[in-house]
Amino acid sequence: MAEVLLAAKAVAKHFGGVKALRDVSLSIREGEIYGLIGPNGAGKTTFFNCMTGLYIPDGGGFDFAGAPLKADAPHQAAERGIARTFQNIRLFANMTALENVMVGRHVRTAAGVLGAMFQNRATRAEEAAIRQRAEDLLHYVRIEDRADDLAKNLSYGDQRRLEIARALATEPKLLCLDEPAAGMNATETEELRDLIEGIRRDGTTILLIEHDVKLVMGLCDRVAVLDYGALVIEDVPAVVQKDQRVIEAYLGA
Amino acid sequence: MSKWLNPRSAFGIALIAAALIALPFVAAMGGQAWVRILNFAILYVFLALGLNIVVGFAGLLDLGYIAFYAVGAYTYALLASPHFGLHWPFWVILPIGAAVACFFGVLLGSPTLKLRGDYLAIVTLGFGEIVRIFLNNLNAPINVTNGPQGITLIDTVAFGDFRFSGTSQVLGVSLSGPQKYYFLLVALAIFVIIINLRLQNSRIGRAWQAIREDEIAAKAIGINTRNLKLLAFAMGASFGGVAGGVFSAMQGFVSPESFSLIESIMILAMVVLGGMGHIPGVILGAVLLSILPEVLRYGVGPLQMALFGKMLIDPESLRMLIFGLALVLVMRFKPAGLWPSPERKRELSEKRAGAV
Amino acid sequence: MKRHRKVPFLHVAVDLPKMDIFLQQIINGLVQGSIYALVALGYTMVYGIMGLINFAHGEVVMIGTLVTITVATTLIKAGMPVAVAGLAGLSSAVLVCMALGWGLERIAYRPLRNAPRLTPLITAIGMSIVLQNVAMIVWGRNYLTFPHLLPKVNFEFAGAHFTAIQVMIVVVSGLTMAGLVLLVYRTKLGMAMRATAQNPQVASLMGVNSNRVISAAFVIGSALGALAGVMVGTYYEIAHYQMGFMLGLKAFTAAVLGGIGNLAGAMAGGILLGIIEALGAGYIGDLTGGFLGSHYQDIFAFIVLIVVLMFKPSGLFGEKTGDRA
Repeated sequence: MAEVLLAAKAVAKHFGGVKALRDVSLSIREGEIYGLIGPNGAGKTTFFNCMTGLYIPDGGGFDFAGAPLKADAPHQAAERGIARTFQNIRLFANMTALENVMVGRHVRTAAGVLGAMFQNRATRAEEAAIRQRAEDLLHYVRIEDRADDLAKNLSYGDQRRLEIARALATEPKLLCLDEPAAGMNATETEELRDLIEGIRRDGTTILLIEHDVKLVMGLCDRVAVLDYGALVIEDVPAVVQKDQRVIEAYLGA
Repeated sequence: MSKWLNPRSAFGIALIAAALIALPFVAAMGGQAWVRILNFAILYVFLALGLNIVVGFAGLLDLGYIAFYAVGAYTYALLASPHFGLHWPFWVILPIGAAVACFFGVLLGSPTLKLRGDYLAIVTLGFGEIVRIFLNNLNAPINVTNGPQGITLIDTVAFGDFRFSGTSQVLGVSLSGPQKYYFLLVALAIFVIIINLRLQNSRIGRAWQAIREDEIAAKAIGINTRNLKLLAFAMGASFGGVAGGVFSAMQGFVSPESFSLIESIMILAMVVLGGMGHIPGVILGAVLLSILPEVLRYGVGPLQMALFGKMLIDPESLRMLIFGLALVLVMRFKPAGLWPSPERKRELSEKRAGAV
Repeated sequence: MKRHRKVPFLHVAVDLPKMDIFLQQIINGLVQGSIYALVALGYTMVYGIMGLINFAHGEVVMIGTLVTITVATTLIKAGMPVAVAGLAGLSSAVLVCMALGWGLERIAYRPLRNAPRLTPLITAIGMSIVLQNVAMIVWGRNYLTFPHLLPKVNFEFAGAHFTAIQVMIVVVSGLTMAGLVLLVYRTKLGMAMRATAQNPQVASLMGVNSNRVISAAFVIGSALGALAGVMVGTYYEIAHYQMGFMLGLKAFTAAVLGGIGNLAGAMAGGILLGIIEALGAGYIGDLTGGFLGSHYQDIFAFIVLIVVLMFKPSGLFGEKTGDRA
C-alpha cells in the first residue's frame, strides 16, 4: 500500500456556534485521486481552507509528507507542496495568463531585489527558466494560444485550466481542486477529467472536492463523504455509493 | 528586454539625453531660480518613484512617506553641519540615511502592514505627523534637531576637492551650483528609474502585482505577503531617505516645515495623477505637479495685471486654487491618471462599459 | 491654528494626587472630544456608505465657522439681539455646509464611482485645497474673532472650572448624536443607509436609491460638521481658513480609532481621543520626567491610534472583517 501523504487528525472548526468541522480524520495516500463530497454546507471548503492555512483549525491538525503542517501560514503550505484552486476562481485578473503561471513559480525560485536590480547571470537564467516552465504548463493545460491575454478575458473553462496551471507551477505534491467542474458542460467536464487523470499519471496526488457525483465516482480511487461537518465514510467509490448513510445525506433532509 | 536597441529607440534615447543635458542651460537663461525649480522637479521624480514602489507596485497606501524623506534629510543635516560639529563625507552619510529611513520603515511597517488599506493610510499619516512633531520639539532638554529653527550651514556635496556649491569649470564649461546638482539629481533619477523598471519585470515585481490583485490567491501559491509588503515599504523608505539627504545638501538648510503632511499628499498625488504603477506616468506626474505651482507663482500675478489692470485676488491663494482644481479635473476626466499603463486603461474602460 | 486650552506645564513632583487637575483635564477632554465626535461622524458616514475618505470634510467644518462669523457679526452690528444673530449664524452655516456637502458629492465624487480606489481620494485632497483657498480669498489670511454668542458664566466643581460654553457643547453634541442614532435606526432613510453600507448592490436591487442615500450621508455629515464648526468657534473664539485641516485629521483619526463606518465607534472614538489628548497634555511632563512637554499633545492621537490598531486591526468597535476564501 502506498504511503500516506496527508493525514487529517480530528480537525475541528467552528464559526460562532456553527460547527463547520467536527473532528474530521482522514488520510490521503500518495498517488491517488481522492474525492471529498457532501451536500452544500457540509464543510468541504472549510476543510480545504484549514488545510491550506487560510483558516486556523480550532482543534486537531494535519500531517503532510511525514511532518505536521503549520496552521495559519498559507505560504508555507504551498512551500511544503500543497497547491489549490478556488471554488470561485481566483486568478490575478489583470495579469496575462502567462504571468499568472509565472507568479506560480515564485515559491520555487529565489531571485530577490538585488538580483532584479543588477540582472546578474543567475537572475537572468532563472527568469528565462520561469518563463519556459510557464509556457510549458500553459501548453500542458492546452491554453498556450491564450498566453498573452489578460486572465479575466479568458473563457470560463480556460480560466479553470489556467488556475490549475498556476497551481501546478508551484510543483505540488498534493493538488487540491475545489469544484473544478462547476459550471462546465459535458464536453468540458470530459476534458477536465482527462486533464486530472494526466496530472495524476505525471505523479501528483489529487484531492478533489466536487458536486458532480458521477465525475467523482468515475475518477476517484477513494472517496470521503462529509455531512454536517462530520466524516460519514471513507472508502472506495463502489462501497460509498451503496452506503445507506450517504444516500440519506444526499436524498434526506 | 533585448540587448540590442533598434535604431529608432537609440535615436529616442539620444534625443532625451541631449535634452537632459541642454535643459539646465536653457533654464539658466531665465535665472538660476529656474534651475532650482528644475532640480526640485527631479528630486520629486525620485521621491515619486520611490513611493511608486509602495503604492503603485505593492498597492499599499502610504500617506506618511515624507517622514522617511525627513529622516534622511535630518540624518544628513546632523552628520554634516556645525550643529554637532560633524562633517562626514556625502557618500558615507547617504547610505546611512537610507539605512536609518529603512529602519524606520520596518519599524512602522512590521506591526501595521496587516491592516487593510485605509487603516494603513491613516496609520502612516499619523507616523508622518509624529516624526514632524518630534523634529519640531526635540530641541529640549537635549538639543537634537534645533526645533522649529532647523539646522543651517549644512555641508554641500563634495567629492574630494570638487564641491557642488558655487560656480566651477567642468570640461571647459562653467557650471553654477544648481547646475551641478542638476546633473547629480539626473544621475540619481536615472538610477531609480532603472531600479523601478527592473523590479517591475522581476519575480518580486510579479509577486507584488499578484498581492495587489488578490492577496488570498497570492498566499495560496506560496507568496509570503507580509514579507513582500515589508520589502516594498522598506525600499520605498530607503529611497525617501536618499532623497532627503540630497535635499539637505542642496538646500544647506532643513527645518520641520519642509516635511508637513501636505508634502506627503503631494507626492502621492504625483503618483496617482500621473498613472499609478506606470513609470513614465509617475515621472510625468512628478514633473507637472512640481513645476505647475511654480509656473503659476510667476504667471498668475502678471496675468491678472494684464487682464484687469490690478490684483483682484491674492496670487498665492489663486495659484493654490488653480492647483487644487487641476487635481480635481484631471481625476474627473482621466481617472486612471494622465498616462496610465495600457492594461490599467483597458481595465477601467471595461469597467465603465460594464457598469452602464 | 487651534489654540489649545492647556493647564500650565506641571513641574511639581508626582507624589500628590492632583484630583482637581485630573478632573479639569477630563472636562476639557470631554468638550474637545464632543467636537471631534461630531466631525468624526461626517467621515464615518461617508466612509461607511461609499468607502471614501472625504478629506475635504475638515474644510466644510471650517467654512461653517467662517460663515457663522460673517452672518452673526453683521447682524450684531446691525443691532440684532445676540441670541437671534447667533441662531441666524448657526442656521446659515448649517444650510451653507449642507449645500456644500451635497455639491461636493454631486460634482466631484459622483462621477468617480467606478474609478480606481485612489482616484476619489486625490479628488478629495484637491477639493480640500480648493476650499481652503476659496476661504482664504473670501475671508482673508488673518485670524478672525468669533463673536461672543454665549454669556461667560463659570462653574466650579471639586476644584475644576468649566464654562457655560463647555456645558453647552457637550449637551448639544449629545442631543445631536442621539438624534442621528434615531434617524439611522428609526427612519426609512436610515434603514436605506444601513442597507447601502452593508451591500450597495443588494440594497439597490431592493429598491434603495443609492444616489439619494449617498447624498443624504454627505448632507447630514456636513450639517453635523457645521454645528461642530460653530462650537469650535464659540469655544476658541477665533477662526482661520486653515483650522479645518488638523481638526479634520484628528476627527478622522477618532473615526478610525472607533472603527470606521461605525456610528457608535465615531462617537466613542471622538470622546476618547479628546480625553486622551487632554490627559496626555496634562501629564506628559510627569510621565517622562520632564523630558517631553505638553507641546507633544498632538502626537497622542496618533500613538494611541497606532497602538490600538496593532491589537484591534478594525478599531475599537469595528466589525471583524475576515478574509473569505
